[in-house]
Amino acid sequence: MHRYVVKRLLLAVPTLLGAAALVFVLLRLVPGDVCVIRLGSGGAHVDPAAVAACRETLGLDDPWPVQFLDFLWNYISLDFGNSMWSGNPVAHEIAVRLPVSLQIAILATIIAILFAIPLGTISALRENTWLDHAVRVIAIAGIATPSFWLGIMSLVLVLDITYLATGKAWMPPIDYVPLWQDPVRNLSMVLLPALTVGYRYSAVTMRLTRSAMLEVMREDYIRTARSKGLLEQIIVNRHALKNALLPVVTLIGIEFAFLIGGLVVTEQVFNLNGIGRLLVLAVQNQDNTLTQALVMLIVATFVFTNLVVDLLYAWLDPRIRFS
Amino acid sequence: MYVRTAATCIGLGVAAIAIAAGPAGAQTPKRGGTLTYMIPADSPPSFDGHRETTFATVHSAAPFYSVLIRVPPDNPASTTEFVCDLCTEMPEPTDGGKTYTFKIRPDVKFHDGSKLTAKDVAASWQKIVFPPEGVTSARVSYYAMVDKIEAPDDSTVVFRLKYPTTAFLPALADPFTWIYKKEIIDKDPHWYQKNIMGSGPFKFVSYDIGQSIKGTRNPDYYHKGKPYLDGFVGIYAAKQSVRVEAMRADRAAMEFRGVPPSARDELVKEGGKEIVVQDSDWNCGNIITPNHKKKPFDDVRVRRALMLAVDQWKGAQALSKIAIVRSVGGIVFPGSPLAATKEELQQIAGYWPDIEKSRAEAKRLLKEAGAEGLSFELTNRNVDQPYKFVGTWLIGEWKKIGLNVEQKVLPTGPWFQAMRSGSFDVVVDANCQSVVNPVLDTGKYLPQSVYPESYGGYEDPKSVELYQKMLRETDPKAQRVAMRAYEKHTLDTMAHAIVTPYWYRIIPMQSYVKGWKISPSHYLNQDLANIWLDK
Amino acid sequence: MTTTVSDAALAGSTGEARPSWSRAALTFLRRRPLGTVGIAIVLVMFVAGALADVIAPYDPEENDFSAMMEAPSWAHLLGTDQLGRDIFSRLVFGARTAMIVGFSAAFVGSAIGLVLGVASAYFGGWFDLLFQRVLDVMMAFPLIILALAVVAVFGTGVFNVILAITIPLIPRCGRVVRASALAVREIPYVDAARALGFSHARVVLRHMVPNVVAPFLIMLSAFVGQAILAEASLSYLGLGVQEPVPAWGLMLQGGAEEYATTAPWIAVFPGLAIMLAVLGISLFGDALRDALDPKLRDR
Repeated sequence: MHRYVVKRLLLAVPTLLGAAALVFVLLRLVPGDVCVIRLGSGGAHVDPAAVAACRETLGLDDPWPVQFLDFLWNYISLDFGNSMWSGNPVAHEIAVRLPVSLQIAILATIIAILFAIPLGTISALRENTWLDHAVRVIAIAGIATPSFWLGIMSLVLVLDITYLATGKAWMPPIDYVPLWQDPVRNLSMVLLPALTVGYRYSAVTMRLTRSAMLEVMREDYIRTARSKGLLEQIIVNRHALKNALLPVVTLIGIEFAFLIGGLVVTEQVFNLNGIGRLLVLAVQNQDNTLTQALVMLIVATFVFTNLVVDLLYAWLDPRIRFS
Repeated sequence: MYVRTAATCIGLGVAAIAIAAGPAGAQTPKRGGTLTYMIPADSPPSFDGHRETTFATVHSAAPFYSVLIRVPPDNPASTTEFVCDLCTEMPEPTDGGKTYTFKIRPDVKFHDGSKLTAKDVAASWQKIVFPPEGVTSARVSYYAMVDKIEAPDDSTVVFRLKYPTTAFLPALADPFTWIYKKEIIDKDPHWYQKNIMGSGPFKFVSYDIGQSIKGTRNPDYYHKGKPYLDGFVGIYAAKQSVRVEAMRADRAAMEFRGVPPSARDELVKEGGKEIVVQDSDWNCGNIITPNHKKKPFDDVRVRRALMLAVDQWKGAQALSKIAIVRSVGGIVFPGSPLAATKEELQQIAGYWPDIEKSRAEAKRLLKEAGAEGLSFELTNRNVDQPYKFVGTWLIGEWKKIGLNVEQKVLPTGPWFQAMRSGSFDVVVDANCQSVVNPVLDTGKYLPQSVYPESYGGYEDPKSVELYQKMLRETDPKAQRVAMRAYEKHTLDTMAHAIVTPYWYRIIPMQSYVKGWKISPSHYLNQDLANIWLDK
Repeated sequence: MTTTVSDAALAGSTGEARPSWSRAALTFLRRRPLGTVGIAIVLVMFVAGALADVIAPYDPEENDFSAMMEAPSWAHLLGTDQLGRDIFSRLVFGARTAMIVGFSAAFVGSAIGLVLGVASAYFGGWFDLLFQRVLDVMMAFPLIILALAVVAVFGTGVFNVILAITIPLIPRCGRVVRASALAVREIPYVDAARALGFSHARVVLRHMVPNVVAPFLIMLSAFVGQAILAEASLSYLGLGVQEPVPAWGLMLQGGAEEYATTAPWIAVFPGLAIMLAVLGISLFGDALRDALDPKLRDR
């Protein structure tokens, strides 16, 4: 087991390194730079001397290999640098935005689990009935609907309905308060975005739950259990579901990592001050240090989640770690 | 409901001011309350007005600072009048118009309790006009006429110019020229990027990065009785729909940049008397620049054809319903006395009253130049209002003379880069200024060798000659004539650029907000000192 | 003699007698009602895209300032947008754009993934190792983020959007194909073919590729849906196809949000079009998966 863990950890290194190189090169291929955007954003005036001074300060004129080695070395020493846009430490910029994104991700996951597992199970147990078809269509619709469109529409609906009902439009608060300070205000702000994201998430999970259940229900031990005359309910709860949930849990883990990236669009719709919006902003401003840090954060989350999932599997299934 | 007074026809200057229906008579301002407003940006790059050029910095931090002079807060639409903020009275220039001596108020305190003196004013202006090594000042070139800035004693600041010019006072009234404390900038000229400490009507309370900024009333403010508000909260939201929704639901009272007419109509229709609107011409416009270095745009006939194909008058009317543009204008902001009248404009290619004749001429020119059915790319900026609306409109207009144009939209950085490196066919550029200062603002149409932010890629000594003549002219009438000659040369003779309808600023707000007056720039009059809430 | 052993005989070793196409199709329709709905939707989209010039009553790019933001009526079935363009016509032409973007991104992406995946599995060794590491790196980026970066570098426009969506799809396909191909590689007939002296290309193309076709087709159908959604997201962020090209995602950008209350038809119909199209493709893909490979059912 130890050797397997070490091997897997070592494999994560080239992935992270490759991701770092990829994002580094891509960012530098984009024409223009943060100085021009910043000094010209008023639309009025870009003083070439000021741009040159700004580039100099930010080290944008250094050769690429020097910049890249700096980037790597700083990350190894856990120094993520300062945002080229605001001058604040990147770690601080991200830390400020992380709570909203995390909260929505967690809430969306809870929503996904609450809906997906019961519905997916029922759908599998009632295979090819109208109920099954209905659940599957709802699930596919969840995957087919652009989440930003869902967000726009639901926000407008909330405003329009409250307007029609009370004569005064209502919308969720637009400035974030932490959960522990004002739970009602906090939840009324994050619920709608969490539902929008959660729908797709739960649709994906629902489909996997259904197919995993279908597969498990055809296994020999279920047939054995049936032949022993066990109650269907016990078969499902005790035997089938437990085994079917392993791939489902994996999916939830991996999707969670991707959720952070998926928030890019949703946070735009709801004007949430999270890391998804920060990423779009960083890309727009060509704030390379910040973009690098955010992308590496997302990549690292993904790699780490994968690692944990794989190790979990190996621990459960000895065949993997010895192969 | 809102009622516009006079001047709703296109092409006239700032005149349209909304008045709340009902008893709108003289009201005495009430003290108290907190103003919540939206800031249409994600967050400012820094709080240092000397360094930044974005309105996000002004909308966030202007309430914390004082300036030397400014446009009158009760009449910010004026393009010719300037009043004192920190000085005691507007000086008459001496020394043949080359020396301006300002007396500084004795009763001004910084928020840390220390006294503000002429030394602070002079040091701040030194930093703006002659930034020390390693310090960025975004507006050095505005003050090319300034020779020296001195503070002979604690109550006097003297500006000495290299030559007399009408462009000086408007430049001095720039809304980014905040007065900082000398002691602080001497110690660390970058301190003000991340910190706030001024002498303005509000004291800094807190800043949640990317989220909101808060200020509280400065009880020691030198304009007695002001500000009226107890405090303010500015919430950042780059997305227009969110800002409009926030106003619908009264999560915010207003925003200060401007929304398109459709958003105004929605708010007014639903809010009724609870929403009032102010609007004004805007000292911003999109300029369409063909790349003179690329064939066939080196041919003046092709450039003229591009201009002649566009129906400015009809287009402005239609676009004004959906986008933040409205008034047809030449190179000068329509509200300025230096601007062309409608009759004068109609003499210029692209502004002819008869569009059929104009398009026929465009087709003839294209044929003559051998550029019939030309295909090219229109490079645009990834901003909806009004860039993309303008771009899409133009493509439709050009299609009518058989041109096949594809729109290429770039994020801000690559857009700038494309213009600076000349890698475009035709580009949608913008010219957006704060204080209306046509003499400086029209520098945009000079060749790049003279004015670095001109991207057409042409050399034109005649244009420089005409501009210089206009710049040095101090008699208003003669200056206006000189401006016409420069304009005709730029737009008609050489067809260097197409000026699309000027932006139009529409500010809907909750009717309980009083005392704020619109101006032709979203950079101006943002210290919130005059605002009060009628709740 | 190598020539006496035909490729067909080798490949046929896993095959069996198949019913005629028409009968298979009929069975499919009867057994899989959802799949049939999916096919119907995809067909409608195809027809709309192919015959857009005939079906659409208006020029989708023509501004009409006398008919701005008109509600649905007989003159404009689904109303007009902020520039007075007919929404129905733009939707019909948008189907063409969606097909071009969706299908070319999915086809090119999965074709490259297929070749690389199979080659990687076949050759093994350092090539496979390197390929896997590259896959790991690219898979660690969420699709939209990689697409965002590609557009930032190359700029917007139909071609660049296709490119931006194609690139992230390659590793997603490559990984699945490689896994299937590895399994196929273990089957003795590949060794047999090699032993008979067939060239690498011939073995890969004639023997390995056909055997990974099932997972490949299933993935392809999923990719078309993903590509259409990715295009919509990019357009929403202002980085997709650009005006005045009629495209569904683009129709949701800018105007849609601004006018969602005053002129809801501008936002509602393009969203529905995207949803229906992807729904149809997914239903079709599900049915295809069930039909081609019962073991992969609903994964």
